[in-house]
Amino acid sequence: MRRILRRREIVADDWRHLGEGAEEGSALIVPLVELRKDPERWRRWRGRLGVRLSSVDPVEELTADLPRLDLVAVEFPTPSDGRGYSAARLLRERLGFRGELRAVGAGVRQDQVFLLARCGFDAIELAQNEDPDAARRALDRYDVAYQGGSPEVALRRQRFSSRPG
Amino acid sequence: MYQYDALDQAFVDRRVAEFRDQMRRHLAGELSEDEFRPLRLRNGLYVQRHAPMLRIAIPYGLLAARQLAKLADIARRYDRGFGHFTTRQNLQLNWPKLADVPDILAELATVQMHAIQTSGNCVRNVTADHLAGIAPDEVDDPRPYCEIIRQWATLHPEFTYLPRKFKIAVTGSPEDRAASEVHDIGLHLTRDAAGSIGFTVLVGGGLGRTPIIGQVIRDFLPLPDLLSYLEAILRVYNRHGRRDNLNKARIKILVKSLGIERFREQVEAEWRLSRDSSPLLPAAEVERVRGFFRPQPYETLEDFDATSGREPRFKAWYRYNTRAHRVPGYRAVFVALKAHGHNPGDMSSDQMDAVASLAERVSFGLIRTTHNQNLLLADVRQRDLYEAWLELERLGLAMPNIGTLTDMIACPGLDFCSLANAGTLGVARQIQERFDDLDYLYDLGDIEIKMSGCMNACGHHHVGHIGILGVDKRGEEWYQISLGGSANGFTALGEVIGPSVPKSEVASTIERIVEAYRALRADGERFIDTLRRVGLEPFREGAYATHPAAA
Repeated sequence: MRRILRRREIVADDWRHLGEGAEEGSALIVPLVELRKDPERWRRWRGRLGVRLSSVDPVEELTADLPRLDLVAVEFPTPSDGRGYSAARLLRERLGFRGELRAVGAGVRQDQVFLLARCGFDAIELAQNEDPDAARRALDRYDVAYQGGSPEVALRRQRFSSRPG
Repeated sequence: MYQYDALDQAFVDRRVAEFRDQMRRHLAGELSEDEFRPLRLRNGLYVQRHAPMLRIAIPYGLLAARQLAKLADIARRYDRGFGHFTTRQNLQLNWPKLADVPDILAELATVQMHAIQTSGNCVRNVTADHLAGIAPDEVDDPRPYCEIIRQWATLHPEFTYLPRKFKIAVTGSPEDRAASEVHDIGLHLTRDAAGSIGFTVLVGGGLGRTPIIGQVIRDFLPLPDLLSYLEAILRVYNRHGRRDNLNKARIKILVKSLGIERFREQVEAEWRLSRDSSPLLPAAEVERVRGFFRPQPYETLEDFDATSGREPRFKAWYRYNTRAHRVPGYRAVFVALKAHGHNPGDMSSDQMDAVASLAERVSFGLIRTTHNQNLLLADVRQRDLYEAWLELERLGLAMPNIGTLTDMIACPGLDFCSLANAGTLGVARQIQERFDDLDYLYDLGDIEIKMSGCMNACGHHHVGHIGILGVDKRGEEWYQISLGGSANGFTALGEVIGPSVPKSEVASTIERIVEAYRALRADGERFIDTLRRVGLEPFREGAYATHPAAA
């Protein structure tokens, strides 16, 4: 059973990725390309549905799908590929997505979780061999920041807030 | 200068702790070199040819005396007693021990310094005009805005893993002393018709293997929109900049491939959508930061001729190594790091200590680093100039060659850098020896030599009046010469004059080029102006006159 970091808690993952043997009616994460290939099949999916964006998928393409989606997974193929940070902020701040926003992929390491959480990811599916306890502790490496950001990280003080007041 | 508050201090302290843990995991084998690299780079730590290299940030080139003394102390205790100042106003230590770096960063944090984001694919040290705040022709002091940008860019959650490094320079004077047009973003302070402060924004400049001059993306950006507009540019770049090829990943390639108009459309469209959710830059915050850069408590003095009755060497130093100040009775004084026989930009710990102490005595305890790899004491009373000169002369820091041919920029080259194809320091020595006659240097006047040991162009060779690029030819060091580059005010890229020359021929080739200039120049005409007037051809002929067979 995969364990993920969700809102500062290490929990058993109740979602499956396509190909991990999900049963009809379960919570399933489908790559965007699969979603587009057979939209009818996924419209009829009776369980919760999530979509997985690769780092080159433009997030705006999901606009019309978001009401149907309980989860968006954004892929980080390496720690150095930072496109997913912009995708997350756009999903939260521009497209108003309120479901689970999950970072996935080989690039999701403990040294990234602070930034991920601040961009609006509330679920972190760590790369293989990463220690979830260390990742949870890494959320608290900083208690100050210069920029505004998601309330997923508890900060004592920020300098530039994006929200008035 | 800016003083940390509790947030700033807490941030750098947390950062040191984070890096200490990352280093521990690396040394324990939990983080492979590949995994550790992006983390250490974002803390200024390279692994170089012989040893690690640590690049310490000097934000917009401003140092307090106690900070320079701390750098001296660190270089002495953790390195070999010297450091190298760079074109981006930072300091590099070439021989620290890997395991010592967390301790060095902790030492830096005790004097409000760090090495954050001095390398890696993120926003780098924000640089400025070294005459900021004292230049007579300045619109506004760029440093408060540099400090605001520094804070905004520090561990930015969205922009810490960009496609490639990202450099920003801010200038407030018509003369560009920060090479802002060859930065990823150049910001020129200006005022609109109503007198409000804002910026002309340039984007897509850069050197490296594809040198490009930045283009104007916005004529006037109001100050309150500074951060929201930077976020829009960075977001378009972060999403659409190339990540498949390291050599095509800078923003200049994106701007070039889209064209400035389409790139502008994308940025402006992004900005319209994100402006309201972007970080605010409240007037109170601007005022808070500006408060740290108020003019010094200058005395009411009158200008006087500090050279009257003094020896010729002092007069030469006054003429070449000091600059006008907007306040009567003061001058800005260069601390020349270009003494012949020394590596350009290098400074010993003893020299740093002595200059820190001199700054305490004669320049309000502040020191600046310059893009040209010298230091500057910005606020020296004219009546203290002679004393300052005596001390700098004693320290070997009064070489009266600022602005002349031997005040050259050079990267560390093959002697230190693992990227270099050829040495730069030996060539610098060769040029210093060939041009060791001050009267000859003065006769040649303003000539900028800029030299890089590889096409990454850390030595800005593209924008030197005379550019020198080290190349590897079948395992030998050869040098390509270009002419006509410029980075201040009238930015231009130099043109390669012909086949590269062997190492032993570099100084001779330059000598023939400047001799061609002496033969061609009109009365009082500078090298670069003669070159622009007559074109490259006569110089090319001169350069190869006795050396036609250079491969």
